[in-house]
Parts: sequence; C-alpha cells; structure tokens
Amino acid sequence: MSALPIALKRTAASPRFRCRPISVTPAGNTGLRTPGSVWLVRSPCVAMASLLLGGCHLAVLSPAGPIGEAERTILLDALTIMLAIVVPTLVATLAFAWWFRASNTHARRLPTWAYSGRIELIVWSIPALVVFFLGGVAWIGAHELDPGRPLDSSAKPLEVQVVSLDWKWLFIYPEQGIGSVNRLVVPAGVPLHFLVTSASVFNVFFVPRLGSEIYSMYGMTTQVNLQADRPGIYNGLSAHFSGDGFSDMTFDVQAVTPEQFSAWTGTVSTSGPVLDDAAYRGLLRQSQDVKPYTYRAVQGGLFDDIVMRKLPPGEGPPRLEN
Amino acid sequence: MLGKLTWQAIPLGQPIPFAAGAFVVFGMCAVLIWVTAKGYVPYLWREWITSVDHKRIGIMYCLLASVMLLRGFSDALMMRSQQALAFHAAGYLPPEHYDQIFSAHGMIMIFFVAMPFVIGLMNFAVPLQLGVRDVAFPTLNAVSFWLTAAGALLVNLSLVIGEFARTGWLPYPPLSELTYSPGVGVDYYLWALQISGVGTLMAGINMVTTILKMRAPGMSYMRMPVFCWTSLASSLLIVAAFPILTATLGMLLLDRYVGFHFFTNEAGGNAMMFMNLIWAWGHPEVYILVLPAFGVFSEVVSTFSGKPLFGYRSMVMATMAICILSFSVWLHHFFTMGAGADVNGFFGIASMLIAIPTGVKIYNWLFTMYGGRVRFSSPMLWAVGFMVTFVIGGMTGVLLAVPPADFVLHNSLFLVAHFHNVIIGGVLFGAFAGYSYWFPKAFGFTLDERLGKAAFWCWFLGFYVAFVPLYVVGLEGMTRRMQHYDRPEWYPWLLVAGLGALIILCGIALQIAQLTISIRSRERRREPTGDPWDGRNLEWATASPPPVFNFAVLPIIADEESYWGIKQRAREQMRLVTPEPQYQPIEMPRNSPVGFITAFFAVITGFCLIWHIWWLVVLGLICAYITFVVFAWRDDSEFVIPAEEVARIDRANREARAEYLREFGR
Repeated sequence: MSALPIALKRTAASPRFRCRPISVTPAGNTGLRTPGSVWLVRSPCVAMASLLLGGCHLAVLSPAGPIGEAERTILLDALTIMLAIVVPTLVATLAFAWWFRASNTHARRLPTWAYSGRIELIVWSIPALVVFFLGGVAWIGAHELDPGRPLDSSAKPLEVQVVSLDWKWLFIYPEQGIGSVNRLVVPAGVPLHFLVTSASVFNVFFVPRLGSEIYSMYGMTTQVNLQADRPGIYNGLSAHFSGDGFSDMTFDVQAVTPEQFSAWTGTVSTSGPVLDDAAYRGLLRQSQDVKPYTYRAVQGGLFDDIVMRKLPPGEGPPRLEN
Repeated sequence: MLGKLTWQAIPLGQPIPFAAGAFVVFGMCAVLIWVTAKGYVPYLWREWITSVDHKRIGIMYCLLASVMLLRGFSDALMMRSQQALAFHAAGYLPPEHYDQIFSAHGMIMIFFVAMPFVIGLMNFAVPLQLGVRDVAFPTLNAVSFWLTAAGALLVNLSLVIGEFARTGWLPYPPLSELTYSPGVGVDYYLWALQISGVGTLMAGINMVTTILKMRAPGMSYMRMPVFCWTSLASSLLIVAAFPILTATLGMLLLDRYVGFHFFTNEAGGNAMMFMNLIWAWGHPEVYILVLPAFGVFSEVVSTFSGKPLFGYRSMVMATMAICILSFSVWLHHFFTMGAGADVNGFFGIASMLIAIPTGVKIYNWLFTMYGGRVRFSSPMLWAVGFMVTFVIGGMTGVLLAVPPADFVLHNSLFLVAHFHNVIIGGVLFGAFAGYSYWFPKAFGFTLDERLGKAAFWCWFLGFYVAFVPLYVVGLEGMTRRMQHYDRPEWYPWLLVAGLGALIILCGIALQIAQLTISIRSRERRREPTGDPWDGRNLEWATASPPPVFNFAVLPIIADEESYWGIKQRAREQMRLVTPEPQYQPIEMPRNSPVGFITAFFAVITGFCLIWHIWWLVVLGLICAYITFVVFAWRDDSEFVIPAEEVARIDRANREARAEYLREFGR
C-alpha cells in the first residue's frame, strides 16, 4: 500500500507544506489569523500568485495523525490504481476521435465493424480487474480504519464526549470532569477516543488534518478514534449542514504536549462556570458564532442523559404562535 | 379563511428575494400579455396545452427544463458569488437566504431540470424510434407533464409568497421537522415534489408500457435502438424508486402536519430511517437521469461515426446491469454514520461494481469511433466532451466509494465537484447532445452550428474552471453549504470557481442566442428530407417535424439498425426502395385539457395545503376528482385522419427523399 507517487510524497513532507504555527500556550491562544495571511488574501491578485506558486495547504493530504495518514495513503493508492486505467482511456478517446475524423485521408474506415469478441472480453475484464483490486483496498481499509476501532498504541486513550448543539460544539472530558465549548484541547501523541452525539439536528464532527468524520445524531452515539502526532492547531468544523448558524460551527483543535495538557486541565478546573442541568438547558437555545469558553466542572453522567433522551432536544427557532 | 397566509408572506422588506420574485412575476405577466396581445392563446390551447401528442409533450418537457435551468443557474451564480465574497465577511446573502438558495438550486436542478429534460427526450424520441404512433396512454402523458409543471410552479411561488426550504436539497430530518423548520419552506418542497412525483411515476409507467407493448412489427427487444433500452431501464427505475420517494416524503408530511413521529427527535422517531429511505430512491435516481443520457450518446456516437454501435449486446447488458445494481448501493451516501466495517465494506464494493458496466459503455463508444468517419457536429462535441469529463467524474466517484477515502471527503466540496462532474458532464451534456441532435427532427430546421459549438466550448471549459477548484478546496477540508468562512487557502480557489460559473453563463447566453437566431432564420434552415445527420434509426425515416401520426404506415423492422438498411439500399439503387403504400385512414387520440385542468387544481390544492387553507384544499381535490370522472366518462376519444390527408403528407416527404436520392446519384 505504499505506491505513493513520489512527487506527492515529497510535497507533503516539504517545508512549504507547513502546518499552522505551533506556538500554543496551555491556556489556549486562538489568535491564528496572522496579519500576514490576512494581507495575503485581501488582494485577489496576490492570492492567485500564491496559488500558482503552490502555497496551498491540502489539509486532507497533509495529515497530522495516524488515521489521517492511513486515509491519505488509501486515497492516493486508489487514485493511482485508477489513473493507470483512466489516463490511457482519456488518451485513447481523444486519439480515436481525432484520428478517425472525417477529413483524415489516412484513416482506415471500417463502416460495418461492430463486434469483436476479444475486445469485448478485454473491455469487460479491465474494469472488472480494477474493481477487484480496489474492492480489496476498500474492504481492508473499511476494517482497518473503521472509526470505532481503537488505535494501536501503548498509551491509554483520552476520552472525549462530543455534543453538537445549535450551533456550537460541546466537548466534555469525563475523566477530568471539565468541559469546553468550541475549542478542543488534546495531548499530542496520545490516542483520542471520541463519543459523539447531537443535542438537536444532525452534524458531522470533522477535523480534516486528523482524519475520519463521524455523524452526530440525537439519541445515538457514534465513536471515532483519532490522534494528533504533533503539537499544533488543527481546524475542526461541522461537515453536515445544520441550519442558519452552521457556518460558524468551527472549532480549533489544539494539540499540546501531555504536560501542557495537564496544566491546561488544571487551569480550567479552577475557574469558569459549571455545566449542570440548568446550564445545559441554556445551551439548547440556538446561538451563533459562540466564542470558546470552558466549564470548570460538568455534572456527572450528563452525556449519558443526553443520549438516553433524559434531557430535551434542542429548542429550535422561537415559535411564532398562530 | 386564508390559513397561515398573511401579507407578511410577501418579502416586501427584503430587497433580494423581493427583486427576484418581482422579476419572475413581471416576466410571467409579460409573457402572458404578449401571448394574449398577439392572439396566440387559441393556438397555444389547441396545439400545445391540450395536446396529447408525445412529440409536443416531449418538447414542452424540454422547454420546462430549459426555463428551470435558468432559475437553477441563477441560484448557482448567487452561491458562487456569495462564496467568492464571504471570506472573512458576511457576503451579501444572509444565511436564511443563502440556505434557501442552495436548497432550491439542488432541488430544481434535479427534479425540474434534469428529470424533465430526460423525460422530454424519451417522450419525443422513443415512440419514433419504436416506429409507433404514440405512447401507450397519451392523455396520461399530458397529465404527467402538467403535474410536473405544477410542481415547478409551486417551487417558484415560494420566491414570491413565503419562503423555500432551508434544509439542503434533501430535507434531512430532524432539521426538516416542525421543531427546527417551522416555516412553510419545507412544505413547499414536500408538496411540490409530491405533485410532480405523481407525474413522474405515471410518465415512467407510460414509458415502460410503451416500450414493452407497442413496438413496430418485427422490432424484437434485441432490435431496439439503445436509447429505447436505456429509456426502458430508466423508466423501470422510476416505477420502482419513485414510490419510495413519495412514501418517504409522505411520512415527513405526516410528521409535520398531524404530529406523527417517524423521524422526529421525540417519541422514538428515527431520522436515520429517512436517510436510508431517501437514498434508496436517491441513488437509483442518479441512474434514472444518466441512463437516458447514455442512450443519447450511443445514438450520437454511432450516427456521427457513420457506424453501427460497437458491442450492442454488451451495451444492453451493461444498461440492465446498472439498472439492477443501482438499488444496492444507497448506503455509500452515509459511510460516515458509523455503520461498521462490514456494512461499509460491502456497500463500497457494491458501488464500485457499477463502474464495470459503466466502463464497458465508455469503451464501446470508443470502439464505435474506431474505424469510423467522425463528424464533429455539435451533438458529437457534447458526446466527446462527455466521454472525457465523465471518465474523470467516474474516477472520483469510485474514489468516494472507498470508505476510508470517503471518511475524509464526505460532504466536502470534493463530493460536490464529483456529482456535478457526473451530472453536468453526464446528464446535462447528454440532454444538450439530445437537444441538438433531435431539434431538426422536432422542428424541421437545423440549429446554428457555429453558436452551438461555441456554447459547447464555454460549457466544457467553464465546467472545469468552476469545479476543479472545488475538488481542491474539498481536499483542503472545506465542507459544502458554508455561507461564510475564514480560511485563507480556500479563498483564491472559490474566486476561480466563480469565474468558471461566469464562463458557463456565456455558454447559456450562446445557447439562447443560437435558438433565437436559428428560429429567425428558420426558412433558410429548412431540412426537407427529415434526415439531416444521416441517421440510422427509425426517427429519421419520417418527415421533420413528423406528422401527428409519425408514420403513414407502420414500418416493418428487419434488422438492428431499422432505417440504415433501407437507406443503404435506396442509395445503391438511387431511388426509394419502398413502393408507395396503400394509405389507410389513421385513428389518433383527441386533444384533451384534462392534464392542464388537473394540474390547475393540483396547484391550488398544493398551495392551500402549504398555507393550511383547508376549505380550498377540499374544493381543489373535489374539482380534480370531477375532472377525472368527466374524462373517464368521455364518449369520443379518437378522431380519424382520412387516407387522402395521410397520403398528401407522406407523398410530400417521399418526394423530398426521392429528390435527395437523385441528387445523391449525381
């Protein structure tokens, strides 16, 4: 599974393909919009130039964790396998169309030729073989990268419970007893086990540079195992439309060193509000573009109560009485 | 008295929807006034609105699709411009408008552009290719069309009165449930589709019956043109899949109107069931659209290569394989729902299997060109453009069928780019190929080739400029349906995509110019023989436009390419090989306003259901039922065209063809 095109491999590792700055303070500084990058894209012309010069960040193709890595490998492998057949087909299409143009006096004409058993055999078997091969990739990949499958790691995974709300993300750290809204701080190099549910409509929990997405659905849990290999800030978002506030359902994933992580949990647990039943009901109200903040404590079993429908679903928009 | 309907439903305070709505209303009024002032109303009523002629209905389907394409494309332009402006900014469309626009764009493009276009082409060409005089149920055909038009009208009414759905083109619950979408938008969506869905289902039944029961003498299944085969497959899929859509939307309606809990968050509802059901319709729908397009390409590639289609039997087999496999892949639309590895793996492989028959089709078109004498008229340009584009779209589709790849690309703009790649590159290019191929048949004059080719190049180029950037931003982690964003790396690509949309706009402008100029110079463009492309199947054996009865005498079919053999013999002998037949009087179905009237009451019923005007709902239903009863009790459903009239019409065409053969001999 390592038939990566060399060029892509090199690009991914080259310094040009930089990830976001790695200057993370434990308390979490989200000031990511460096003045430089803002200036850069303010001017479309300059933006185009940067595009052509290759300053692009193909998030999915520059993963920062093992799941993302493996998915990139499969993506590029599958692409390579198919290109091996697609490119000749494209060339043949254009070549046949051009060579047999009506004005070409050199072309051999076969105005009644409409069947050849050998060609039939080939045209059925080429796609069949490709699919046979790719089917194997898909089957093995689906099993090895099943979102629910724990990562191979000696470290104990960090448990995180994720709740999508209208329109913000709530992250609960059950072992630490703390909560965070619209910001996910995790230790780098440690497996992360996410249990995901929704408080109202469907959303998808997605951190492109870490890998696999997973749906969040009311009354159900899904799980996904991810890991950030290196400290850094990775963008997260909802990948399923959920209403008017959807575009602001973004969050930063801050991967920090384990020491910084424990420092952070210590800081969080000393200040800020408590997430109990009443506070959760406040969260059920629709709100947009919520700035990140933390909860120093989260009522035990809150996540289970949400999943088991012991707490009401999101309120939706205020109802007009008729 | 008027249910929920108040003056607040008219968006007086919101400039963009108000301007758009006013523009539509003004446009419709202008057309109505013009038609009335010119005195065209009786003609339109007699010849078109009440027509049950499959050719006229097919043309009206295509016209409806073209008009709705303009609407859907305006939405596309607004989406592209919004995303081009909304970097670190709010853009000019607030979320509540932007959400309606992308929902309407998707829904209109699928249900009221792609569907009517392919159904229109099937309606027009299939009976001609089968060598018969009409479809199995001509009046039902008119009802189907007018119900589809009724649905389209309801969607456009939402511009002016109330709002449209803000849920995406498929109204996934719980978002589409009353709690989260209390407005009338989702109701507009649901009733528009319930009404037009009935029309589509009846069109499918009609087409299946026609193809299975009404072929010309001698036309066995294995002598049917491939377009008839793909139409059969597509219509079978309609018959099998559209009831699922109607039932699913019906359940959502029950949830919204009478407090059921099929898909709600409360009381044990399960929204995942909606996802499964809607895609059990939704994936076959993709093939309902693309199979007839494949059929068009088969006709076009064979005609313009001057060769029979390579591997006809393979082609038929591949078509029917796709028809069956299309029902076994729906789960790939939600690999990321945590279904588990075995399920995902199974549906991943099942999805890939469809690539085999599809690949076979590509190769068969390829080998049809091999050894041919390829003429690059505009239908052939669309076909070659399709082959190149569709191979790429198919490849990205198979990529998305690999579950781990889908885990990072699901719902991203990569996915959006993929399905536009196959729907524009496959269905729309197919519709345009069919339009330019059969236009001379339908109207008796040819379209301007220069403008047609220019339009093709704009669409072709515009497509790549618009959608390759979306592949890239998809790989950059951009998800679909974002009203604004703050990621600098997405911004330049979205500017380029906006430019691509403008290039496509040029293509559409050129198509309008092509049609206008061709109509104005139609006398110069007349095509008397009825066979401008040197066609191979029966539709080219009759006059252009074909007489109402299509064929003066039903042709007798002796081989696969029903018309080509006769034409070759005629060319060798330089005269018509079939002697003048013994003309008989022909019975044809009478015109009937039942379709139009039913649709009229369907619009009223749908509109009143949306706004909870219950008394008028009941009245509308009663009137629609009365229409049906009156029609069912009709005495006189057919009229007779006398033999002399048939002879006069047919002799004119025979004379033109004989003249052509004399020219050919010189």
